[in-house]
Amino acid sequence: MFLYILRRLFQTIPVMLGVTLAVFLMMHLIPGDPAQIMAGENADEAQVQQMRENLGLNDPLHEQYIRYVVNAVQGDLGTSIRTKRDVATEIFTDRFWITVQLATLGTALSVLIGLIAGIISATRKYTFADVSIMIVALFGLSMPNFWLGIMLIYFFSVNLGWVPVAGWGTWQHVILPVVTLGTGGAAIIARMTRSSMLEVINQDYIRTAYAKGVSDKLVIYKHALRNALIPVVTVVGLQFGGLLGGAIVTETVFAINGLGRLIIDSIKSHDFPMVQGTILVCAVLFVLVNFLVDITYRLINKRIDLN
Amino acid sequence: MSLTKTENILEVKNLRTSFFTDEGEVKAVDGVDFSIEKGKTIGIVGESGSGKSITSLSILRLLQEPVGKVVGGEIIFKGENLLNKSKKEMMNIRGNNISMIFQEPMTSLNPTLTCGEQIAESVRIHQKLNKRDAWVKAVEMLKLVGIPSPEKRAKQYPFELSGGMRQRVMIAIALACNPELLIADEPTTALDVTIQAQILELIKKLQEELGTSLMMITHDLGVVAEMCDKVAVMYCGKVVEYADVKTIFTNPKHPYTIGLLNSVPRHDQDYEGDLSVIKGSVPSPFNLPKGCRFAPRCPHARAICHEELPTLETAEDGDQVRCWIHTDKWDKQEEVAVGNE
Repeated sequence: MFLYILRRLFQTIPVMLGVTLAVFLMMHLIPGDPAQIMAGENADEAQVQQMRENLGLNDPLHEQYIRYVVNAVQGDLGTSIRTKRDVATEIFTDRFWITVQLATLGTALSVLIGLIAGIISATRKYTFADVSIMIVALFGLSMPNFWLGIMLIYFFSVNLGWVPVAGWGTWQHVILPVVTLGTGGAAIIARMTRSSMLEVINQDYIRTAYAKGVSDKLVIYKHALRNALIPVVTVVGLQFGGLLGGAIVTETVFAINGLGRLIIDSIKSHDFPMVQGTILVCAVLFVLVNFLVDITYRLINKRIDLN
Repeated sequence: MSLTKTENILEVKNLRTSFFTDEGEVKAVDGVDFSIEKGKTIGIVGESGSGKSITSLSILRLLQEPVGKVVGGEIIFKGENLLNKSKKEMMNIRGNNISMIFQEPMTSLNPTLTCGEQIAESVRIHQKLNKRDAWVKAVEMLKLVGIPSPEKRAKQYPFELSGGMRQRVMIAIALACNPELLIADEPTTALDVTIQAQILELIKKLQEELGTSLMMITHDLGVVAEMCDKVAVMYCGKVVEYADVKTIFTNPKHPYTIGLLNSVPRHDQDYEGDLSVIKGSVPSPFNLPKGCRFAPRCPHARAICHEELPTLETAEDGDQVRCWIHTDKWDKQEEVAVGNE
């Protein structure tokens, strides 16, 4: 297992290099002269030239890339054009942790609700409970985040006044964004768990478990669920990874200063070092989450050979 | 629970099990009777779809309700009808008093649990042992079923074992709580021939050691000859012949049994042509013949066979046969048939 983790970590290196290359090239693929954009509209030719020199844009491309990677590994992601602050500091002071909290809580909520709903659905196939859950799940899947967020604000903040409308700080602030983020995931996980459970319940080893005198409850939670979890873990991993980088809409609706909003604000103000830095952090997080998913597979089913 | 006078551990009386599908009711088991004496072995023989596996699943009440359901009859185990037992009482019986070995060792073990855990589970449930003692018992069982280095194997997952080894693990699970009745549903069908013999020998040896009664479901007459005391031959959900093993092999009476025996290759005979086969195929369960279900394939069938279903009659040697040939009506039939000519 330890060897596997080590090997798997090594495997992430090429992925990381690919990510850094893509992020690095972004700078060169955008239309216009980055130096000109960074120096500002009113800068004269000498200032632009100076900026180009500062950014090392006159060096050969591969040297620039190597410098970028070496700096990134040391935690230097450049300086923000907008705030003039260090990009890494800006990301990791607050915003990163806010987004991680949102994504973790959102995923936890979707796993909790999705798993329970999926198991109820599967064990009571074609009953009223099953059909109701699947209809609610369909709604959950179909509702766009921005609409759900606004509706939640309308009912629970504006009309009922139970929770704050927007912002971040207390636990009350967390509720609506987490529900908004978790709903879609819960719906997918519920449907996934249901179909996966139904497939597993018909397996021979489930019959063996019943033939041993194992109770319904144990058959479901010990024998069936564990086998049914593999596709569910995949979805949870993707969901979590997506939320880490993509809570853009939700963060905007609830005016939360997380990574998603940072990306949007930076794009709007042509703050390229910040966009690069944020995307790099999100991509690395995504790779790490997938790494964790792979290890979880192995923990669930020892048969999954990781060679 | 007390045993009945005849020391029958299990008596199945007029068991009827149906499946309710979109196309209609399928009578998979349609009035089956047989009994198993304490410590003895009964063989249930028949083609695929004859209802032998469904009979065993009905006994343990493992059918997937509401699609499959026991619709009538009695299953008397140690004097009590299992069909009247509550869900909880059945849970206590399964794996404890009655155990089952399934056909497919490759898929019958849970891939996410170690072999030891799967054996220990049933011991923990029924004998209320703690985790450590249950594990010791699991290792002991692996040793009993002849698995080398059982301590190591107990920690392995089913995918790390061969088919034969897995079937040994299944046997260990089934026998862990020392059940009074073991149901083996084609335990060797999925295995190599050499492994088949080993597994059969193992079952036989353990049965003798532990005094377990055995219900052997098979389509292999060789297995029957080797293992069984009594045999029930099933066809289309009904028992067509029920006798002790010697009678079945030396003096079979039902044309289906005779057909089955004739289609077994024998080393003491030369075959110039093909092996003899039973012509035709098993009728669709949705469209069973009105009379004897074997009549469309029977070489001796006459008018009455297509009209009326024969009952299970006891012959002079105690053999029970469901065939018009062995009734008084048969002679009259012949006259009628002759008269018609």
